Amino acid sequence: MSPFTKLLAVASIEFRVALRNRWLILATGVMTLFSLALTFSGAGGLELKAGILTLAAASLATLSVYLIPLIALLISYDSIAGEVERGTMALVLATPISRGALLAGKALGLIAVLAIAIAASLTISSAAAIFAYGMDMSGLAAIVRLGLTGLLLGAVFVAIGMMISVASPRAGQAAAVAIGVWLVATVLYDLALLAGILADKEGVFTKALFPYFVTANPGDAFRIFNLAGLENAAPVSGLDGIANTLPFSATYALVGLFAWLVAALAAGYFQIRRLTP
Amino acid sequence: MTAGTAQNPILKIDGVGVTFADLKALQDVSFNVEPGEKLALLGHNGAGKSTLFKCVLGFLKPAAGRITVAGDAPGSDHARRSVSYLPEQVAFPRMLTGIEIITYFAKLKSVDPREALPLLDLVGLSQAGRRRVGDYSKGMRQRLGLAQALIGKPDLLLLDEPTSGLDPVSRREFYEIIDRVAQEGAAVLLSSHALTEVEGHVDRIAILSKGRLVADGNIKALAEAARLPITIRIKAREGQADALSDRFGGTRINGRSVELSCEPGAKIDLVSRLTQRREEIDDIDIALPSLDDIYRFYSNRAEKGDAA
Ligand SMILES: Nc1ncnc2c1ncn2[C@@H]1O[C@H](COP(=O)(O)OP(=O)(O)OP(=O)(O)O)[C@@H](O)[C@H]1O
Ligand SMILES: [Mg+2]
Repeated sequence: MSPFTKLLAVASIEFRVALRNRWLILATGVMTLFSLALTFSGAGGLELKAGILTLAAASLATLSVYLIPLIALLISYDSIAGEVERGTMALVLATPISRGALLAGKALGLIAVLAIAIAASLTISSAAAIFAYGMDMSGLAAIVRLGLTGLLLGAVFVAIGMMISVASPRAGQAAAVAIGVWLVATVLYDLALLAGILADKEGVFTKALFPYFVTANPGDAFRIFNLAGLENAAPVSGLDGIANTLPFSATYALVGLFAWLVAALAAGYFQIRRLTP
Repeated sequence: MTAGTAQNPILKIDGVGVTFADLKALQDVSFNVEPGEKLALLGHNGAGKSTLFKCVLGFLKPAAGRITVAGDAPGSDHARRSVSYLPEQVAFPRMLTGIEIITYFAKLKSVDPREALPLLDLVGLSQAGRRRVGDYSKGMRQRLGLAQALIGKPDLLLLDEPTSGLDPVSRREFYEIIDRVAQEGAAVLLSSHALTEVEGHVDRIAILSKGRLVADGNIKALAEAARLPITIRIKAREGQADALSDRFGGTRINGRSVELSCEPGAKIDLVSRLTQRREEIDDIDIALPSLDDIYRFYSNRAEKGDAA
């Protein structure tokens, strides 16, 4: 059997376990609830020139920055450390599967969970909006873009969660580190950047460095890319305003996301090679 | 290639040492396992049995010595294709069924799952195959672990305390399966806490004590080499116990009995001297050293050697 077949076997088991542990239904349920709520709460100001789905895409882009990394970290932090703790990792590593294929297979299975949750929630909320307010083609494109880049954002955090899981001797410790990473990546990092701008008063930091710093954060990169795609159709505020003033194309934000994915997977691979079950 | 046993051992352990911080978990351990051989590795808690298994699997790199599995380094692709492992504590994902788990491990081992699934029948889990492992009893999980280890006819089975938690009937079934795979040519290395448990089921035993190999051989030879004393208990007739103990020495126990011990070689002589006192004796009981005595002898000998 080829390494790829084994990788798929790992992915399918990982997916099944997540399914039976109710992670899939929980992730899909939470994301559907939030998408529906945001879609319909934006519908109040339909006098605006933008369509309902465009507005929904804007608010979903902001919310997904918190929700997708959180779900991705929650489903991945246990994936390696938990198996080491329960003793199944020793069994798996005693078989002739390469550790790289094991890591990649597990990541693939978990990303599939996210893919279904994202696709289902966006499909349900968009269908409901179209049914209630009629078609909005450009908004639909924005939603599709949001879903695909949201999956990329989720993949980045699945890879980060697995890297944490490989490096942690205990699942409990992995959970604590994962929550810490989520706080820093989604809240504290942006707060620090805002503080920098306030202190700097239009200096070198704000003009030259800030755009790069903000794009380096996967969550911000995701938001910038999606908001730039909306082309001022929706009202934006705060840090997001800079999406329109970047000194480079917003597509580079996507490059940044891919770079994070590759880096996190590489770090996880480096760690899993020295894992002692 | 190297000088060694006449045959071609599937597992060679040569001078292996493992140290954790300042604890010497294994010191200068050497032995081989031949194809078709069943070897029990005995030792107290913390003797180093599981540590040795982890070295053979390539999870731990010994600080000293050398291990080869099927001629290759532990953990290499070829070594992993030759070895199967049943860990001491195995908790399969609770949400998966027995069938799913066997299918999964068959794929990891590049074996067609259709060939592997009959193993569930072999270990007596054909009815439970569709149920979730979370609902299995401890013995059922152990059986599933064994089925997993048998996938793909491995050349070497490493079973870490495989019979702990099994009832006597299951234990006998377990050893019947082990016999069968050994007859087909697989080598079996299993660990256990008690000699009584493996007696009659393995060809050879090796005893680890505090990380050192203190005995290696078949049970009969080890028992003879230990030269443990034989215990003879005499039940005296009314009022004769004092006379008997004056004559033969030994210790008085519960009023009417005297307990003597003698070298294995002196047994016949002592018994014939006893029978000359036929009229003073009600009954005689001869107790050979038990397996536990033999096991304790080898384990303790090493500890005394340590202290010296
Ligand atoms: N990863 C580790 N770090 C530090 N010490 C360890 C580690 N693994 C094992 N040890 C120590 O090495 C010694 C041997 O442990 P091992 O698990 O091999 O014993 P064992 O013979 O399998 O015992 P048991 O019958 O209880 O399973 C013990 O003293 C244990 O504390
Ligand atoms: Mg052990």
